[in-house]
Amino acid sequence: MSQRSVDMKDFKQKALSFRKEILEILNSAGSGHPGGSLSAVEIMISLYFYKMNHRPQDPHWNDRDRLIISKGHVTPVVYVTLANAGYFPKEELKTFRKFGSRLQGHVHFKVPGVEFNTGSLGHGLSVANGIALGARMLNKKFNTYCLLGDGELQEGSVWEAAMMASHHNIDHICAIVDYNKVQENGPVNDIKNLEPLAEKWRSFGWHTLEVDGHDFKSLIPALDEFDAIKQKPTVIIAHTVKGKGISFMEGKAAWHGKAPNKEQLQAALAELEASGTSQ
Amino acid sequence: MDMKPTRDAFGEELVTLGKDNKNIVVFSGDLEDATRAEYFKHAYSERFFNLGIAEQDVVGTAAGMSSLGFVAFACSFAVFLTNRAYDMIRLDVCYNNTNVKIVCSHAGVTVGEDGASAQCLEDFAIMRVLPNIQVICPVDYIEAKKATRAIVNQKGPVYMRTGRAPFPIITKESDPFTIGQANVLRDGKDVTLIACGLMVYEALQAAQLLQKDGIQARVVNMHTIKPIDEAAIIDAVKKTGAVVTAEEHQIHGGLGSAVAEVLAKKSPAPLEMIAVNDVFGETGNPQELLKAYHLKDVDIVAAAKKVVKRK
Repeated sequence: MSQRSVDMKDFKQKALSFRKEILEILNSAGSGHPGGSLSAVEIMISLYFYKMNHRPQDPHWNDRDRLIISKGHVTPVVYVTLANAGYFPKEELKTFRKFGSRLQGHVHFKVPGVEFNTGSLGHGLSVANGIALGARMLNKKFNTYCLLGDGELQEGSVWEAAMMASHHNIDHICAIVDYNKVQENGPVNDIKNLEPLAEKWRSFGWHTLEVDGHDFKSLIPALDEFDAIKQKPTVIIAHTVKGKGISFMEGKAAWHGKAPNKEQLQAALAELEASGTSQ
Repeated sequence: MDMKPTRDAFGEELVTLGKDNKNIVVFSGDLEDATRAEYFKHAYSERFFNLGIAEQDVVGTAAGMSSLGFVAFACSFAVFLTNRAYDMIRLDVCYNNTNVKIVCSHAGVTVGEDGASAQCLEDFAIMRVLPNIQVICPVDYIEAKKATRAIVNQKGPVYMRTGRAPFPIITKESDPFTIGQANVLRDGKDVTLIACGLMVYEALQAAQLLQKDGIQARVVNMHTIKPIDEAAIIDAVKKTGAVVTAEEHQIHGGLGSAVAEVLAKKSPAPLEMIAVNDVFGETGNPQELLKAYHLKDVDIVAAAKKVVKRK
């Protein structure tokens, strides 16, 4: 159920500023995961600023929609999104990956807005299914979302969970695959081919949608279509670009898990600035 | 002496508890017939889920559902959950500190004829090393019922081992059971036999044999491997000066190691360990295997005589 109207200009502005903030906190931390954070920016904005029912001032509100971050390493985009949504002060982003900070390297539930600790890949969908099934037993109407990486789909446990959701006709779960095509050591489909990916999900009993994961006009209708699907789970395969928005990071496995240094940060911010003014 | 499997006690008690406690849900990896979780399935099918032969999914789903306030049980053979789904137990259950109870049957050599692949001998070691989780191995049918009640009444991760083979019933309804508090079953001044599960019976038998040779053995039922009852161990050393541990588990990392850690840190004393000596099991009936792997009362007697000489 969509809660908000869409102001495309505002969403695009958010995407630009989130990317800047992601790169800034990575630079300040000196380590972390830019590639898969930059690819998921529009997905996270669509969820937190359009789709999900949630209350940043009351993070444990019983009827909130849940999001399980199965690709638990993309803390930069998760924390930047949560801070901008009002879950915690933006000032705290400076503590990312620092000793004593709540903002752990991989998502942790002590951060307001984070539901579940992850970090080992292939866990999130089972956990999300458990929440969704529990919600059905309790007659709760909230939705459960799960953000999956593409390389993560090489884990067999994801497919155990995929089989489970359709077998139990769980229809208030929506998995979103950030299909950025690159994993730590190279192109996903060179390392272990996922294709035909949409066919795989369909054959596992999922209502399967493919979208441009950087285009709100493509993402948002898919999230709305999910509401109408009954008796089966929904997956949105979001075609994205690893390192989206920064020319020297785009499609590069080297930027999966490396922070930009000062010069690289300046170059990246300048590029984003230029793209913002050209919009 | 009455003999009953501890897995039966678990299955029956869960049905009793599930009547009033509607928050109890059970997930199974298609072995509910063996773990006795099927008793719960027959009673409350709407709260029971056989997720198929998919242990990782069993643990992860249980963890997810427990976050909504459910007491989620995950049940299978000990090898399949503790070994196959270890990463899910570590992350989804322990790191997230979820209210998941991992209850497994089919551990130890007394699994019998199925052989080594099904005889879990490393569960205590790999479970007790994880933060937040408690590790329990009830001694008999009566204690297994009490343990099942206790783990439901307390929030947080638990691993509980039940047995396939009928175990002699050696405790009474009126005996106390508190997680983390060992029970002294027999007093003695010369040596303390610390055991868990079926091996407590063997220790009691050993104590009788030792008595004939003039050695007074104290017998402790260490039903909780984690948190280990340090006070009971220190007290045992104070009163007897020597310890023998006995468990249906590998010699490395289990009850013996947990006791050794306490002795080394708090109260050094000679220690001998009765356990499976760093080998895999094999096919056979439970009694044949207990003998073959030196887990019988006579083995405990020999270890006790040896340890007494080292005092």
